[in-house]
Amino acid sequence: MGSRIRRLARRSIFWALLAGLATFCLLPFLWQLLTSLTPTSEISTLPPLFPTRPVLDHYLAIFQDRPFGRFILNSVIVASLTTVSCLSIGSLAAFAIAKLQFRGRNLLLFLALSISMFPPIAAVSPLYLIIRILGWRDTYAGLVVPYTTFALPLAIWILWSVFRDISDELYLAALVDGCTPFQVFVRIFLPLAAPGIGTAAILVFIFAWNEFLYALTFTSSEAMRTIPVSIALFPGLHEVPWGEMAAATIVVTTPLILLILFFQRRIVSGLTAGSVKG
Amino acid sequence: MRKDEIRPALLMILPACLFIGVVAIFPILNAFRISLDRRMPVFGISYFVGLDNYRFLLQDPRFWQSFLNTAYFSLLSVSLELALGLLLAILLHGSFRGRGLFRAVVLIPWAIPTVVSARMWEWILNPDFGLLNYLLQQIGLLSSPLNWLGDRVLAMHALIMADVWKTSPFVALILLAGLQMIPEELYEAARVDGAGGWQIFRRITFPLLLPFILIAFLFRTLDAFRIFDLVYVLTGGGPANTTETLSLYAYKLLFQTLQFGYGSAVAVATFLTVLLISTVCILLVKRQHHG
Repeated sequence: MGSRIRRLARRSIFWALLAGLATFCLLPFLWQLLTSLTPTSEISTLPPLFPTRPVLDHYLAIFQDRPFGRFILNSVIVASLTTVSCLSIGSLAAFAIAKLQFRGRNLLLFLALSISMFPPIAAVSPLYLIIRILGWRDTYAGLVVPYTTFALPLAIWILWSVFRDISDELYLAALVDGCTPFQVFVRIFLPLAAPGIGTAAILVFIFAWNEFLYALTFTSSEAMRTIPVSIALFPGLHEVPWGEMAAATIVVTTPLILLILFFQRRIVSGLTAGSVKG
Repeated sequence: MRKDEIRPALLMILPACLFIGVVAIFPILNAFRISLDRRMPVFGISYFVGLDNYRFLLQDPRFWQSFLNTAYFSLLSVSLELALGLLLAILLHGSFRGRGLFRAVVLIPWAIPTVVSARMWEWILNPDFGLLNYLLQQIGLLSSPLNWLGDRVLAMHALIMADVWKTSPFVALILLAGLQMIPEELYEAARVDGAGGWQIFRRITFPLLLPFILIAFLFRTLDAFRIFDLVYVLTGGGPANTTETLSLYAYKLLFQTLQFGYGSAVAVATFLTVLLISTVCILLVKRQHHG
């Protein structure tokens, strides 16, 4: 009898902790959702109950009074281009490091790791000068090229661990059949590594979608702002438009939440492969 | 046969090397070079001053304050994240209904852009209609609302709170991967020997998890030390520079007061500090692996 009560108590504590955890993670988001649906006149009322008549005004405002659609488009373009270029460059390098015999393979992995460690602020002033000389301020290239570089370590580490786990014999057999290493890479390894590539793609995309310092520094016109920059520079001159801000954060956050719900397992395995396995 | 691979290998790594060399390593070296100049582009000033900027930096109280702010922020937020992350990892490790959903929920704060989460916290911390003041008053912990972001002591801790919310999940994931690598037999054997929960944690879980804890510590410390987005949006370094971090100070010098030379010196100093931290951490991890 006593052990049964103890087990029950233990289970309740476990579920209480889990519920607390979920609330802790979700509460800021849920409160933003509530705020985004509340008419401006009711925003400052507490307790924060569900608005008496929820409105979509704030959502309409950010798309009609502000070029929020344009910011989303900018972010989608920059993040997608970064993902494509980073994965093409990264998968080639990762394949070579994992399967080909040459000196300095570990050096390259180490180099990638050290790049991922340095603070972005350390490269920002010279990069800014280079980008100004090239005339790349306010262009997609001015963001995609730095993003590709700084997401490369992540892509290389994840894909390296994926390629490494594919059998060497497969590689050797294809060589015997007369394939060049590049053909082996394209025809055999790329298809086999597809899930790993998908994982890397999601993580690189999230990185590019969220990047702030370089986007802030390398763009000056409003039309080229990415979402993080637009949200950082959101407040009006005299007061913060809380409702619109909440609507904007919900619009930005929802796709990421969907991505996570669908690819949760993949993201976890990618994060841990990139950081732990090596 | 395998000798032929040098050429294709070089071709395959060439694009990656080019990007890393031109867009990462060259700018870093260039930042060192710029830090030896007195440069204020708007006034057309640019001449070599050697180590003058660094001499100035050593006597610059604002540099030291931002250094201490960054160190305090990193130390406190990383410790809290490791503790909370460990708790989360242990909770999510067991098998129960809806585990996948809970793991996804935990990932949400991590995936939200820092700038966006900073805005969410700004709203929660709002002195007049913020949720936090309201909740604390409801449960009787506060008698009057606090001005979280306007107070010299509170502002730093508000930043830490927002950072802990955002990144504990990341720590939890790394530790979860570690927990999953501990063989179940070890626990069974320990239970057969009559070990209690705390003993099992101390003798088995913790030592086997230590390499993962060190890795999480390394990644989080480096991240915390270069924090920029959160501070830029939530406090802007205020009030009275009490939350100004190294990256933010360097950014203000570079792009607000347009002191390129001195700003680069502060950025390089940040870089060197991060390098020192990561070297120490890597040596610790290595030692853990071998000893």
